[in-house]
Amino acid sequence: MARKLPKVDVVVVGVGWGGGIIASELTKQGLNVVGLERGKERKTEDYFMVHDELRYALRYEMMQDLSKETITFRSKTNVRALPMRSYGSFLLGTGLGGSGVHWNGQTFRFLPYDFEIRSKTIERYGEKKIPDGMTIQDWGITYDELEPYFDRFEQMAGIAGEENPLGGKRSKPYPVPPMKTTPALRMFGEATKKLKLNPFMMPSANLSEAYTNPDGVSRAACQYCGFCERFGCEYGAKADPVVTVIPIAKKSGKFEIRTHSHVRRILHSGNKATGVMYTDVTTGEEIEQPADIVVLTSYVFNNSRLLLLSKLGRPYDPNTGKGVIGKNYAYQVIRGGAVGFFDDREFNVFAGAGALGMSIDDFNGDNFDHSDLNFIHGANIAISQTGQRPIANNKVPAGTPSWGKEFKAASIKYYTRVLSVGAQGASMPFRHHFLDLDPTYKDVFGDPLIRITYDFEEQDRQLAQYCADKCGEIIKAMGATDKIEINRKLGPYDITPYQSTHNTGGVIMGASTETSAVNHYLQMWDAENVFVVGASAFAHNSGYNPTGTMGALSYRAAEGILKYSKSGGGLLV
Amino acid sequence: MLEQHDRKEQPVSRRSFLKNSGLVLGGLVVGGVAGSLLGKQQAPQQPGETPAPTADFNQALMYFSPEQFKVVDAACERIYPEDELGPGAKALGAAYFIDHQLAGEWGFNARDYMQGPFYPGEVTQGYQGRLKRREIFDIGIQEMNNYSNSLHNARFYELTPEQQDTVLKAFETDEVKLTTISASAFFAMLRATTLEGVYADPLYGGNKNMDGWRMKKFPGNQMAYTQIIEQDEFAKMEPLSLRDHQHG
Repeated sequence: MARKLPKVDVVVVGVGWGGGIIASELTKQGLNVVGLERGKERKTEDYFMVHDELRYALRYEMMQDLSKETITFRSKTNVRALPMRSYGSFLLGTGLGGSGVHWNGQTFRFLPYDFEIRSKTIERYGEKKIPDGMTIQDWGITYDELEPYFDRFEQMAGIAGEENPLGGKRSKPYPVPPMKTTPALRMFGEATKKLKLNPFMMPSANLSEAYTNPDGVSRAACQYCGFCERFGCEYGAKADPVVTVIPIAKKSGKFEIRTHSHVRRILHSGNKATGVMYTDVTTGEEIEQPADIVVLTSYVFNNSRLLLLSKLGRPYDPNTGKGVIGKNYAYQVIRGGAVGFFDDREFNVFAGAGALGMSIDDFNGDNFDHSDLNFIHGANIAISQTGQRPIANNKVPAGTPSWGKEFKAASIKYYTRVLSVGAQGASMPFRHHFLDLDPTYKDVFGDPLIRITYDFEEQDRQLAQYCADKCGEIIKAMGATDKIEINRKLGPYDITPYQSTHNTGGVIMGASTETSAVNHYLQMWDAENVFVVGASAFAHNSGYNPTGTMGALSYRAAEGILKYSKSGGGLLV
Repeated sequence: MLEQHDRKEQPVSRRSFLKNSGLVLGGLVVGGVAGSLLGKQQAPQQPGETPAPTADFNQALMYFSPEQFKVVDAACERIYPEDELGPGAKALGAAYFIDHQLAGEWGFNARDYMQGPFYPGEVTQGYQGRLKRREIFDIGIQEMNNYSNSLHNARFYELTPEQQDTVLKAFETDEVKLTTISASAFFAMLRATTLEGVYADPLYGGNKNMDGWRMKKFPGNQMAYTQIIEQDEFAKMEPLSLRDHQHG
């Protein structure tokens, strides 16, 4: 029998961006919150030795220990799903702050088109534009409704940026000016202007100057040291939950964080949750934490997995298209891009910041005419200077051997002479892309792993090709030599090469109980005191990094939880 | 300097050996052979003199047998050879780096999901074998010697550089057919770890003296680039390591 603890107002499962934002907002209003985090405590001082490419970037120092828990993957239902035994396609976070600690900090807002994608696509092109099996749907919220929450996330994190000429309307400018520009960025800016496109500086969570946020948290400016993604920031210049929202929640005296606490079940009775059951991984003890409200903020995979393991909500069935938990799993189309070799010029590629970049949205969302194209949506196209580290960056022109004398000479020569323009392609959901529990493989506790059924579709291949050509035009206009590489071909989805940790869906939001799992406050239709927060709520994935939109939805959910708590029950409208 | 370090590390010092064997009488050193064995006391270092190089204690084996080490050392050097640009993998200590990595959690796949059941999967599902990285290296190294023997009747590290390249190429392209592991996957691992050994922080035993970084113009562990981030000119900097940070 699990040891039962006294009841609290709210229990939060996972303390990353979602959990941190929820905890800070609820404790400000006097609620008592317990945050259960399966990983360890984290603080800025931990990153004294952080400039270590091998340890952090290649041995995945900060990521989930896959020996204890992983995911399984198959391309389609008639293939046997097998475990992801080591890291590749995406990297799962763990520990205080979650993936919010080792992200790059690229903080976009999804486009107005995204939130009403189905209606707007039909309105402009007719229903036939949506291919068979593509399950896009409106999100049950509009960009305008979500705008104030985007702003709150940006003010809290201190996002550096300038207005996106093709983005949604902003109520306020970014709290700090854009980051510094580099020669590569300036070349991109000039080239895209020459091509009559609309460049803007990438919105960045790496502070461009010292900043004090509305919560009173002061942080120092980014030093462009070039160690962001997969690393923690020793300066606290990169916004992460540990240096922003978590200290605010702690200061209230109403937030208790329990690390090494792995939540395994949501306990429920009738149509309400009663709390959660977790294992203290340091002792193995099973503990029950009763709560009035349960908030899941444990990333896409564990949000779906916990609901399925707890038999809460209606599991999605790809055969009937009915059910909602596990539905509309989507990813990102990263392959379309172009690489330029600059024989006559060297760049300080080792310097940079995770969100130091410039981009265009001319080929993103529905900002361009798709009438004669065999796909919908598009990609944000960008150059970024995140800091090229030497083990992972050995790009050589096509035809060069991959080892030996010639390789050595070319990889050294081009290390400082390669620039790439990349497209971050949107990912549309399909009826046969979903998450469920694996029938065979288990985690360290003996619980089933989550299973991904996913592959790229013709939509993705067309999108990648189109965007790759656009990237190629830009890199040419930037003056790259004839050794240009355009990556047009998108193969089958492969779990081994890193692509992006932008997994989405599984517990999607929407306007109807039939087709979505949570409402526009991320409150579960089937369990009114359960809120499921994260990119799990995205009904599809846009051509951007997800954190900005995920952060906005977290603030929105916090408001919903407060409303729910005050009203004493019922579904929010 | 080297001499003295060696002596300290030996379980039985030369002095005690000599004492026990009765060659030292009453504290006086008998001349001839025995005297020279004891060595001369080093004169204390004078100010301004360059200190003698200290021993690299890291260059000893944690996992490989000497035979395995020779094979890997030779292979790394072909993957990343010494040339007019600078040292190759051998001088940079890449094979020591690989040895040390295999001795630890990475070699044991300690943070990988290694539970069964094991099934051969599709290529897109990634590695599905039950062998750990250290076991793959054991087999791969043995097979490199076997293949070298079958072609030239010699072990891999005894071949000419051109012959070694032929062997590596045969592994890279799966021309060598192995039953327990994939030759090309082993080669890919060998290539990847060679590059790690050349460019990882010297703390791990490779990239000796940061010379891998120097060749590539990577400045290592710098705390800030704010002063150069905007400039058009390329910034050439002397690299810094994590050791500099720890002891700086």
